[in-house]
Amino acid sequence: MNDLTPDRDERVANLKGLGCSRKRVEDARFTQGKGNYIDDISLPGMLHGDFVRSPYAHARVKSINTDAAMALDGVVAVLTAKDLEPLSLHWMPTLAGDKQMVLADGKVLFQGQEVAFVVARDRYIAADAVELVEVEYEELPVLVDPFEALKSDVVLREDLDGQTEGAHGPRKHHNHIFTWEVGDEAGTNAVIGDADVVAEETMYYHRTHPCPLEPCGCLASMDKVNGKLTLYGTFQAPHVVRTVASLLSGIEEHNIRVVSPDIGGGFGNKVGVYPGYVCSIVASIVTGVPVKWVEDRMENLMTTAFARDYWMKGRISATRDGKITGLHCHVTADHGAFDACADPTKFPAGFMNICTGSYDIPIAYLGVDGVYTNKAPGGVSYRCSFRVTEAVYFIERMIEVLAIELNMDAAELRRINFIGKEQFPYQSALGWEYDSGDYHTAWDKALAAVDYDGLRKEQAERVEAFKRGETRTLMGIGLSFFTEIVGAGPVKNCDILGMGMFDSCEIRIHPTGSAIARLGTISQGQGHATTFAQILASEIGIPADSITIEEGDTDTAPYGLGTYGSRSTPVAGAATAMAGRKIRAKAQMIAAYLLEVHDDDVEFDVDRFVVKGAPERFKTMSEIAYAAYNQAIPGVEPGLEAVSYYDPPNMTYPFGAYVCVMDIDVDTGVTDIRRFYALDDCGTRINPMVIEGQIHGGLTEALAVAMGQEIAYDDMGNVKTGTLMDFFLPTAWEVPNYETDHTVTPSPHHPIGAKGVGESPHVGGVPCFSNAVQDAFRPFGLRHTNMPHDHWRIWKTANGLGLHDT
Amino acid sequence: MTKQIVEMMVNGETREVMVEPRELLIYVLREQLRLTGPHVGCETSHCGACTVEINGKSVKSCTMFAVQAQGAEITTIEGLGSPDGLHVLQESFKEHHGLQCGYCTPGMITRAHRLLQENPNPTEEEVRFGMAGNICRCTGYQNIVKSILAAAAEINSASEAAQ
Repeated sequence: MNDLTPDRDERVANLKGLGCSRKRVEDARFTQGKGNYIDDISLPGMLHGDFVRSPYAHARVKSINTDAAMALDGVVAVLTAKDLEPLSLHWMPTLAGDKQMVLADGKVLFQGQEVAFVVARDRYIAADAVELVEVEYEELPVLVDPFEALKSDVVLREDLDGQTEGAHGPRKHHNHIFTWEVGDEAGTNAVIGDADVVAEETMYYHRTHPCPLEPCGCLASMDKVNGKLTLYGTFQAPHVVRTVASLLSGIEEHNIRVVSPDIGGGFGNKVGVYPGYVCSIVASIVTGVPVKWVEDRMENLMTTAFARDYWMKGRISATRDGKITGLHCHVTADHGAFDACADPTKFPAGFMNICTGSYDIPIAYLGVDGVYTNKAPGGVSYRCSFRVTEAVYFIERMIEVLAIELNMDAAELRRINFIGKEQFPYQSALGWEYDSGDYHTAWDKALAAVDYDGLRKEQAERVEAFKRGETRTLMGIGLSFFTEIVGAGPVKNCDILGMGMFDSCEIRIHPTGSAIARLGTISQGQGHATTFAQILASEIGIPADSITIEEGDTDTAPYGLGTYGSRSTPVAGAATAMAGRKIRAKAQMIAAYLLEVHDDDVEFDVDRFVVKGAPERFKTMSEIAYAAYNQAIPGVEPGLEAVSYYDPPNMTYPFGAYVCVMDIDVDTGVTDIRRFYALDDCGTRINPMVIEGQIHGGLTEALAVAMGQEIAYDDMGNVKTGTLMDFFLPTAWEVPNYETDHTVTPSPHHPIGAKGVGESPHVGGVPCFSNAVQDAFRPFGLRHTNMPHDHWRIWKTANGLGLHDT
Repeated sequence: MTKQIVEMMVNGETREVMVEPRELLIYVLREQLRLTGPHVGCETSHCGACTVEINGKSVKSCTMFAVQAQGAEITTIEGLGSPDGLHVLQESFKEHHGLQCGYCTPGMITRAHRLLQENPNPTEEEVRFGMAGNICRCTGYQNIVKSILAAAAEINSASEAAQ
């Protein structure tokens, strides 16, 4: 060694591996407008598809006349259910074990439903032709309320009439989908019945929509010469789309290539399979030329997958001094016209049974009833693992209501009920095994950071000043402590359409010491090309800058289940580390051969293998890579490649402690978020800059949902929030600066201890914003009011509490 | 439908296109001129993904007809910098993690470029107000605001040094 040899710290820094705020490699393209999103792709001779959609929420389709549309110059085809029926593609299976109409088959069940698919030379002609398709409807009674639907004689799903058994057990009524139960109901009722204190509340978690900035779309290209179908599209799970496309179309899977190009945000919206995809494929097969379909914003909000729409009824019991003894939860879940929820097969209500939260609750019960209504299908996890946002909102509101019942501080109530650090791995009453956590430390750190006691004092002073008429604003302190459940998941529990939810990574080291790794996931803005290279850099000692990460092309990437439910880092990130370790194991053999020592006499050191006890004798990973391709090493195959398919032994359980301080103008309902503090524990941190960015974004989507964003229907089933005029997406003007903080409690079962973070801020943020609003009115007797807390609803709350009386 | 010729100066080059009177500028830019930096997010002027600069003003090109751009000078994200020399704003968005999925980014940077022409030394509040016509679903804006303020500071210190 000499003075020019970089020391160990420098070698570590050169890798830009784990824990480094590496700048994103994606950004050079994106900042120059050189992203490649679905609508940027153009193929020769490409046609455009557009839908005729139902103006009614429930109607019989009496006739469809396509003559005028077909007569228009430039129109190539108009598909209806009749055209798809011979191919058995007029209906398609949903992820939830139900089926869904691709094009209206005799009736329509929600406003905006796909009735006919027009294929034309350009998007303008297609739009003209949509107007020329004549559809005769006969209106039917509309059901938009799930409780009404369960009582009504009106049969929404005539195709299922008489079927008393659904995909998830018995159906109790013709508009009922399933009942899903977890836990001990009799035992829970007994505990709650005998309890000192019981708090009850019913809350509605309103319907909303992930609304990524880029809508959904695809481009299908059937090459009749070689029999290959190429499908580009906004797919969060491209490999599953390939399998589904093969099963539906009958085209052998090796003849289908699915490509997810750059995706302009997903947030759950791009998990499902939509009629537009099926119709594009059929249209391309029929016409023999590429067919593109890209929905517009209104179609996106009205028809592709919604989120939430849960009516949650809770009872929670405690001892007089605040120790929680039992929790009962019943959900009436509005699934719309078809059950197209995107959940693992065995979990029709997702992981809603994480609803015991971060608390040591000895006994609990959850029952969920899914119901059909005349609304769009969907039920995706909008920036959360499956239904976890609903679960966390439920428990974090129940805690607040219980605190009121106990006349106790809500921070203290949480603290005395947290699962203790020593209780991990913790078996929850509803069947989960929480991997690791240190809730008390996180909570104490958060409360100290915001001077919680000081805030409560200031709030009390504000209430007094308000009562004296000196101010017309109130102050709310929103608290939330959440535990997520992400990284689905163990294959034994979790599958999508039968495909086990593992994930994968394949690595090739090039002779000159750089590398490419391909994964079964797909980034939608999370920065996988940056962060997965960091995981690998630390594992194999090749600088992240010398590693290309590729995802989304099913012809080249290994099979994986895709990116949603914060599963990329927990599952594909683990596969990356494991594949890296296989590379390292082979590299060790090569290094030992080159250094003429036994395999066991060399050890890995940052970017090289060194002879134990003689660090001046080493081979760098670069040298080893070269040797792998140019030396005949006895007993070792040439090349340096590895693949790992990782089936996680458990999910991961990120957690966090959030505090929001909000001022509310009682006379206008206008809110001002003065402060938002977010402490996240996502285990081992791969890239702090990316983590912070994820937290800012997730909190902003939480603010949107809590404070105004909804998909609302009128009694006729008309969507009232079909454009961005009515559907709230916060701008820079409405969003505060966030303070971020962290603790680090690694996952014990993940190869690098990482837990996933992208969705935590949304999951924890929604109850935090909501609790801030509700907390402001607690001194005036408010127990609970439903989200979204837009200005009008807050004004109504204030008015209802008599705060406008003079 | 009868087409007509529209001549525009786009990113410093004269471009001539044949368009129907009803064609929106965004589609002509994206599909005829293959400038796919500006994106379509809403088609109702709300989201700003399609923002370009026309005759010195930020314009949402999804709600303007291409024929209205006859004779106009248009700058899109493709005209702001080059791979060999990124614009300060492009560098700053990279440096401060001012983007995630990248879909809003071209419109966001193009708008920020105009904002800094109008107000070279904005406060954080002025940046937030001035960028309120551009929606981002990923970042929560905090790092976008940071990127723009840092770019402004850099441009200002460079111009001071030049004096």
